[in-house]
Amino acid sequence: MKKFKEWLRNWDEDRFMFAEDKEMLEEEEESGGDSWRPMTISGLERQEFRLFTRAFPVMAGILALVMILFLLSAVLQLPAFGSADTPPAKSGTIRRYVEQGMQETGAVNIVAGVILDYRAFDTLGESHVLFAAAAAVFILLLFARDPQESPESKAILRSDPILRNTAKVLIPIIILFGSYVVFNGHLGPGGGFSGGAIIGSGLILYDMAFGPDRLNKILTLKSYRIIVLCALLFYSGAKCYSFYCGANGLETIFSPGTPGRIFSAGLILPLNIAVGVVVACTMYGFFALFTREQI
Amino acid sequence: MNFCLNFPLFLIVLSLASAVICSVLNGKAARLTAICLAALSAVLNTVILFYTYRNNISIPYLMGHYPHPWGNELRISPMEALFSAAFSSILFLCLLGGTMQIRQKVQQDLSRYFYVMTCLIQAALLVLVYTNDIFTGYVFIEICTLSSCGILMIRKNGRSTLASVRYMIFSLIGSGLFMFGLIFMYNVTGELLMPNVRSAVRVLWESGRYRVPLLTSICLMTLGLGIKSGLFPFHIWMADTYGTAIPGASAVLSGLVSKGYIFFLVKLIYDVFDIRVFYASGVQNVLFVLGAVGIILGSVSAMRENNMPRMIAFSSAAQIGYIYMGIGISPGLGITAALFQILAHAATKPALFLASGVLTNAMGGAKKFRNLQGSGYVHIWGGISFTFEAFSMIGVPLTMGFMCKYLFGAAAFDASVTKLVLTLAVLSISTILNTIYFTRSVICIYRLPVAGDRTRERSQTSFIFAAAVFIAVNLFFGIFGKSFIDALGNCVTIF
Repeated sequence: MKKFKEWLRNWDEDRFMFAEDKEMLEEEEESGGDSWRPMTISGLERQEFRLFTRAFPVMAGILALVMILFLLSAVLQLPAFGSADTPPAKSGTIRRYVEQGMQETGAVNIVAGVILDYRAFDTLGESHVLFAAAAAVFILLLFARDPQESPESKAILRSDPILRNTAKVLIPIIILFGSYVVFNGHLGPGGGFSGGAIIGSGLILYDMAFGPDRLNKILTLKSYRIIVLCALLFYSGAKCYSFYCGANGLETIFSPGTPGRIFSAGLILPLNIAVGVVVACTMYGFFALFTREQI
Repeated sequence: MNFCLNFPLFLIVLSLASAVICSVLNGKAARLTAICLAALSAVLNTVILFYTYRNNISIPYLMGHYPHPWGNELRISPMEALFSAAFSSILFLCLLGGTMQIRQKVQQDLSRYFYVMTCLIQAALLVLVYTNDIFTGYVFIEICTLSSCGILMIRKNGRSTLASVRYMIFSLIGSGLFMFGLIFMYNVTGELLMPNVRSAVRVLWESGRYRVPLLTSICLMTLGLGIKSGLFPFHIWMADTYGTAIPGASAVLSGLVSKGYIFFLVKLIYDVFDIRVFYASGVQNVLFVLGAVGIILGSVSAMRENNMPRMIAFSSAAQIGYIYMGIGISPGLGITAALFQILAHAATKPALFLASGVLTNAMGGAKKFRNLQGSGYVHIWGGISFTFEAFSMIGVPLTMGFMCKYLFGAAAFDASVTKLVLTLAVLSISTILNTIYFTRSVICIYRLPVAGDRTRERSQTSFIFAAAVFIAVNLFFGIFGKSFIDALGNCVTIF
């Protein structure tokens, strides 16, 4: 009881602290808790940390084993993969996609029809997942370092003649191929996500071979933001119109057209282009931010 | 079809679009956009609420030209409209009340990204509340996770980055488990649309086929959302995360994001797992126990803290425990109590975080109670807001906190004797613990300062407005909440 009273009286004293941590925290407190210097772990957490490093491998192993057994036992009772009488195969959804997908959406590539027409709302969310990821990386890395100091290792890489000459030949081909995959997304395998990734890798290669200065003439931080803005706004606007018409039973101005033509499948081609732009920009943006904290 | 049923679609697309637009605006314009968007969403959702409640409407809304099961759908009913309206208004108040802190603590060029993230959070919450398709829910859970990490690490000092990495790991484990559960569910039912899944689940449960995968799926989805919202053994990210982030971010995260996940879980329980199957599966007992243990241990951890935001964070863990305990008690009254607790906690905790933010600011950034002595005199409105919300947390009559505890007690009489005894015991113990640590902190901020006289600080008008609205709403529902709770109970039965 006496001990409890004592504890109640001194409850806001720091317990379990090493001396140097206490000083550090006091300093932190005086500076308003807002210093940009990373804080160290406090003494209590250091003790916990020691215990943690010892117990962690054992506990994690046991937990993983239990989880594996649990999930395996559940998987064993699932319907056999690929057989004809699984519930997904028996429900009419897949049959409808395969049999009527081409007439309804106008896309020869059924996958494009499903992700950009039947379930376009999911893909609208998915493209904003990319945007959110890019914005989170911006928060983490943008202006994290002084722009003047540039790492030397990349300068050495850039002066490499083999890299430069190979890049000169390869980059046009890569970007052309990426554009083909984007523009052809409704006719064959491909689409905005895969084509955008290819174009993005072309931009990254250009950046590695010739340095950011030449690319910055056309792609600055501002133009990057505006390109992504236009692509995503177009996507949202077009899909909002299409959802609104669909829900209210109105006809849209977009028709499936003749399947197999390049200008067909209604909104799928422009949406593929918008997604391709967003994916290419996001990939290049990640590369630029992680290597030099700016675009 | 009435035109106002299109509002959810417009609001979702508008939130996504404003997020993208905010990324090219400067900080001030972005702030204005985000605040206006939240206000607009609150107003329009209230319109939907009145329209649907008066006409007793609960209908699906096609997202595209293809009816189920081929396309995506939303579902519009009073329950969804109520929660969207509540979440949007609270986001509006959080943004108003937290402005000062955001301006002071975020780097100038980055402040626009704070508002980008809040717009994305609003879009994700709207979809989580309105969606009628499990997979769409998953996609927007991802957006919610990413943008929450964004607003946590925007402060960019070492500790808050560490805390947001920890939050991200927990949150991603939660998403992963949810995804596993979704795959199992799709494999045994072959559907993604909620009503179709529910009828398939009913048939499977009665025939006894695929019993183990079905149970696994229910467990994994519940566990995933539980981890993301901070259910008991997984609440350890809370203290560091809420303790180091800027108060506006902690308010949004504790008040809205974790509540959005829990509302989605309730929706899954009704619309996907089927209420009878869920309460026959035994998962609710696990939730009950974890919730009850979380209440006690969260309060004990809060008592041990001497840092104000961390104490509030642990109290948050305890309050989340109440919600899960309510889900575990019983399908009807228990879930009504849990839903009311979601609203009550969402209306109280953000105000506490904002108040603690201005109080620590008034004392030059000190977070220890020792250094906060007398801060209630320095910042009058911060003190008033903190005191009132602390009383609401304790459960003083005439506040929402009292209503919650009363509802949990009433719901417990519906359940078995063991649950009744346990619930009443947990409620009384936790009330005592709450009283100890909240009263102590209120006494502390009104203790006379040890040395030096501080000049009184002028409160910002937007903070006073936010604090006053939070207090008014709390009193209103605390005093006249009876008919509201009856209406909520009715909505639960037709959910």
